[in-house]
Amino acid sequence: MEGAIKDWRNDIYKVFKELDITMVSHVPDAGHTPLINLCEKDNEIDVVTLTTEQDGVGLSCGAFAGGRKSALLMQSSGVGNCINALALPNICRIPFLTLVSMRGEWGEFVPWQVPMGLGTPKVLEAMDVKVFRADYKEEVGSTVDAAARFAFNTNRSAAVLLSQKMIGAKQFKNG
Amino acid sequence: MIERRPFVQKILKNRQSNLRVVSGLGTSTWDLMSGGDDKANFGFIGAMGQAIPFALGLAMAQPDLRILLFTGDGDTLMSLGSIATVANHPVTNLTIVVMDNESYVETGSQPTATAGKTDLEIVAKGSGISNSYTIKNEKDYDRIIKTIYEEEGPSLVVAKCQAKATPLVFPHSFDGSVAINRFMSTLKS
Repeated sequence: MEGAIKDWRNDIYKVFKELDITMVSHVPDAGHTPLINLCEKDNEIDVVTLTTEQDGVGLSCGAFAGGRKSALLMQSSGVGNCINALALPNICRIPFLTLVSMRGEWGEFVPWQVPMGLGTPKVLEAMDVKVFRADYKEEVGSTVDAAARFAFNTNRSAAVLLSQKMIGAKQFKNG
Repeated sequence: MIERRPFVQKILKNRQSNLRVVSGLGTSTWDLMSGGDDKANFGFIGAMGQAIPFALGLAMAQPDLRILLFTGDGDTLMSLGSIATVANHPVTNLTIVVMDNESYVETGSQPTATAGKTDLEIVAKGSGISNSYTIKNEKDYDRIIKTIYEEEGPSLVVAKCQAKATPLVFPHSFDGSVAINRFMSTLKS
């Protein structure tokens, strides 16, 4: 694609196009920004900015009922907001895909990010979400592809945790 | 004050074939099912707060249908932010009817915020849903029918209704996968 950002988010975008994912909802995170920008430039993809991550679960399920595939993008801190909402795709066996940019792990600066960062895989698994993880840029495309196929082929929920090692830990400066 | 169950039944009575109806958990689902079993209905029985975002996703995916959501004040108050999301990703085919009885009737009629100072019509307008109004009387039936089938949405109607416990009317199945697949069968061409 001409003008595309040549990084691993482009590999995710390619999976969206291949698998006909036409709706992307998010509470933004810097780790997802290049992907959000790619989706916003694409007239075939609706981008929905949420006020809380849990609403992306219901939105995604309603879209699927109506015949459209979607993905929810969020930071690890948003995963906790989704727990009860995840009952909806679970009990209805609606495919649900989320991509989670991780905080609170690799070189984290902000201690407040650590609790939910540590809890993210545990709470997802507690809600029967199949958890995939990409630690290296080279494996992002294949991991997102595998997670998406798992979700849409088996009517289950799947998450891909995108490591902070790959995204890069922001070091804050006072003043 | 509106008596909710006959009012919901009246809205559903002569429904058009392009209507799909979703209901929020609890009394709204029992109300919807009291109008008779219909594959073009999908009722939540849990996942509180998710009915509005679900209806938005459905309306975005099915722009040629009219989507009607019946839900309660409790369910709506759990996800007030979703009203802002609806307003800012406008869909012209979505009507949200909040059956506002100002209480959590199913759990012992504890008052909700709308029994106090909160006005969901003003919340909707302030969130950016300009087509929002409150009805307090069954006589407003014609107005609500026009909103559901003809007006450009998104719309949010607050129907002030009696806080009275009504008999539970169960859906065809409590199994979500059965319910959603039955509903989806009405959407395939």
